Amino acid sequence: MLTRDEDVLAAAESWREAGRDVAIATVVETWGSAPRPVGSHLVIDGEGNFLGSVSGGCVEGAVVEEAAEVIAEGAPRMLEFGVADETAWRVGLSCGGRIKVYVEKLA
Amino acid sequence: MRLDVLKAMNSARAERRAGAIVTRLADGEQRFVAAERIDADPLGLQLEGALRMGKSAAVSVEGEDYFLTVQAPAPRLTLIGAVHISQALAPIARIAGLDVSIIDPRTAFATPDRFPDTPISAKWPDEALAEAPLDRYTAICLLTHDPKIDDPALAIALRADCFYIGALGSRKTHAKRVERMRARGFDEAALARIHAPIGLDIGAVSPAEIAVSIIGEIVASLRKKPLRAESAAA
Repeated sequence: MLTRDEDVLAAAESWREAGRDVAIATVVETWGSAPRPVGSHLVIDGEGNFLGSVSGGCVEGAVVEEAAEVIAEGAPRMLEFGVADETAWRVGLSCGGRIKVYVEKLA
Repeated sequence: MRLDVLKAMNSARAERRAGAIVTRLADGEQRFVAAERIDADPLGLQLEGALRMGKSAAVSVEGEDYFLTVQAPAPRLTLIGAVHISQALAPIARIAGLDVSIIDPRTAFATPDRFPDTPISAKWPDEALAEAPLDRYTAICLLTHDPKIDDPALAIALRADCFYIGALGSRKTHAKRVERMRARGFDEAALARIHAPIGLDIGAVSPAEIAVSIIGEIVASLRKKPLRAESAAA
């Protein structure tokens, strides 16, 4: 069963209602060939469980790590990924695109 | 994201109402705007555009960056006829992301055995569609070959402005159907919205191949241009 972005947001609500810490990551901009469209969501809980996708698997690991910090600190942050990025050797998009991901805590 | 904002969005989705979350990216300030309230919103113009396309978008207004998370109702597919094509079309459409349901008053056809994963109603279309009304985010396929069953559903679909209306049958069958609908008072513009013969012309022969041609036509209607009713309203 494929997970739709709306289902991901429904899960965010029910996870929070169940008392879990939750962060929501959203693709807000893409340049060139990007794996997931603007508006795609990844929902992450305090334990590192996640649902949805912002890149089809390329940068999810990094987003989950950042989400843990957003949950701890509370302030939203903007992440950028792409081959031109200095982090490209670590995580990046093999398709050559760039994406901007907004990560916020659900409070 | 504020939980109350997310709840407003999710409940709009559950009730098949359109709307959007506006997030100011500089500081995370947020609100949910229901589709019927966008005129009163400072970002009304941008919200109108995003909702019409059914797509979330980043916008820049007076030097401030915002993100609009759009909630457009999930597309549905209603099949009139629990027939052989429906047995292939229901699972294909579900994988493509449509919520599928089937209506067929002939109880011999409308059995859970034949459609184990699809909600199925053995009521007549006018009764079944009164319980689960069609809307502009719904596609409908008329597949029974029986005017007693197909025609009432077609009339309801035309009035509900379904984004896709497909009708099975040859050109000759369709010409007769158009005649009957004309007699019911539908004009040429309305009748031109019926896709018939149903499906893209890919030379489909088997029920499964016909199902593929139908889902292709539905996806094209959904994605290639803004939903007809919404572009007309713009």
